[in-house]
Amino acid sequence: MTRLRGGIGLLVLALLWELAPRLGLVRMDTLPPLSAIFLAWLDLARSGDLWTHGSASLLRAAAGVAIAIVAGTVIGIGMAAWVPVRIVFRPLMEAFYPVPKSALIPVTALWLGLGDASKVTLIALGCILPVAIGAYNGARGCERVLIWSGRSLGAGKLRTLVDVVVPSALPELLNGVRTALALSLVLLVSSELIVAKNGLGYLIGFLGGSGIYDAMFAVVLTIAIFGLIVDRLYLRYVRSVLSWQ
Amino acid sequence: MAIDGLERAGERTPALVAVLNGAGRILLDYGSLIALVIVWEACARLQIVSPYLLPSFTNVLARIWAEIGDGTLLVNLADTLRRALLGFAIAVVAGVALGMLLARSVTAEWLVGPLVSLGFPLPKITFLPIFILWFGVYDTSKVIMVVCDAIFPVITATIAGAQGVERQIIWSARNLGARERDLWSTIILPAAAPQILSGIEVALPIALIIAVVGEMMLGGSGLGGAMMQSWRFADSVGVFAGLLELSVVGFILIRLMAAVRRRLLRWHAEAQPDLV
Repeated sequence: MTRLRGGIGLLVLALLWELAPRLGLVRMDTLPPLSAIFLAWLDLARSGDLWTHGSASLLRAAAGVAIAIVAGTVIGIGMAAWVPVRIVFRPLMEAFYPVPKSALIPVTALWLGLGDASKVTLIALGCILPVAIGAYNGARGCERVLIWSGRSLGAGKLRTLVDVVVPSALPELLNGVRTALALSLVLLVSSELIVAKNGLGYLIGFLGGSGIYDAMFAVVLTIAIFGLIVDRLYLRYVRSVLSWQ
Repeated sequence: MAIDGLERAGERTPALVAVLNGAGRILLDYGSLIALVIVWEACARLQIVSPYLLPSFTNVLARIWAEIGDGTLLVNLADTLRRALLGFAIAVVAGVALGMLLARSVTAEWLVGPLVSLGFPLPKITFLPIFILWFGVYDTSKVIMVVCDAIFPVITATIAGAQGVERQIIWSARNLGARERDLWSTIILPAAAPQILSGIEVALPIALIIAVVGEMMLGGSGLGGAMMQSWRFADSVGVFAGLLELSVVGFILIRLMAAVRRRLLRWHAEAQPDLV
């Protein structure tokens, strides 16, 4: 029912989008009709621009998020399990939490230039925090009784950590990863718009600057829909992983 | 497994121990931060890293001091805060209103509900070039971008909060003669306040992030714009000064928001959640 409703709403929106510019309600170049955008998308796909820039963006985001997930999980769980780790990282976390992550864009560009390395670093730095916070809170909330049972059944410290603490931290950890995924797309697109020589963000800026607006809309919608699909797939994955709950 | 060793420090102790404890706590709470600054300064001073990549901390502080002195910091700060907070305020008011409407009215839910669930996970920043096309490069498109990004956490939190209000409370109010209008302001809004405020607390850093991105892309001064300007002129001291300034701004805003929450929810028996 909800799905049907959403479908109808979208259909109405798409129709309005197609008709408003065609009927002259808005100017063609400020809002190209949906069909023109679709044609422009096909052109971009055929010429290969979409794939070369798209794969560049995707690789950056994937690498950055992967680093953030691994590092964030290790830091977060470590903080919950060992006091020295917490003493080192907790103040750093509290200090970096309020930093608007986009302020790192010029810093990473300063360090690593315009290429892949600066984007990957930016995304990794920006996304570590939500993952680490999720892992830390999740692991901290682990029931002591479970840990004690694990220990008394003869599991070593590391074993308890992997088999008891990590699974019970999983819901909050996965939630942190979801925040990180959303943030990674924001950082990716904005850094590519501002400082880059390729990638989808750059392509948007380039097309917009050259006044090819239907193609620009096509790329914008591509990223938006991609972000939506990633989020939906991730939610489905989380549900299957947490089905034991 | 020592999961919460630090919490023990809160117990009552004699005076001397308390002082030592206090010093220890400061070291525990800020030690690694102090160490980081010292390592930063040492790396820069001893030229382990080139000063272009990492200007010394004291130089950065001196730059911030100079910017305070000649007033540029104040001007940039005012620009950034104006955009971020205006967008944030609009997002809060409109978000709470929309959320309430969506939670209470079936028709509104029917019309706007799918759009909200679709828009929430969308990377909205990609629409910035379109907003530039529509609204120009000045404040309008920056503020609208901030609103678009900050409004969704507020809406979803408001819906969740309003729908989570216990039926019995609403029934009792109705029973005691409350009209629908009274119900909103005196029952549902206060009862949903903790969750709504959580949504607003999520929206605030987002507003700042987006305002900074907008300035970086479109210029028009502001702290983000100034950082990009410094980057273009390879003025790394300026870039780091901007980073530090924005961090302090973010810190103060988040603290202020937490204080507002405590003030508004004084009557509420919620346990104050930790920052991390």
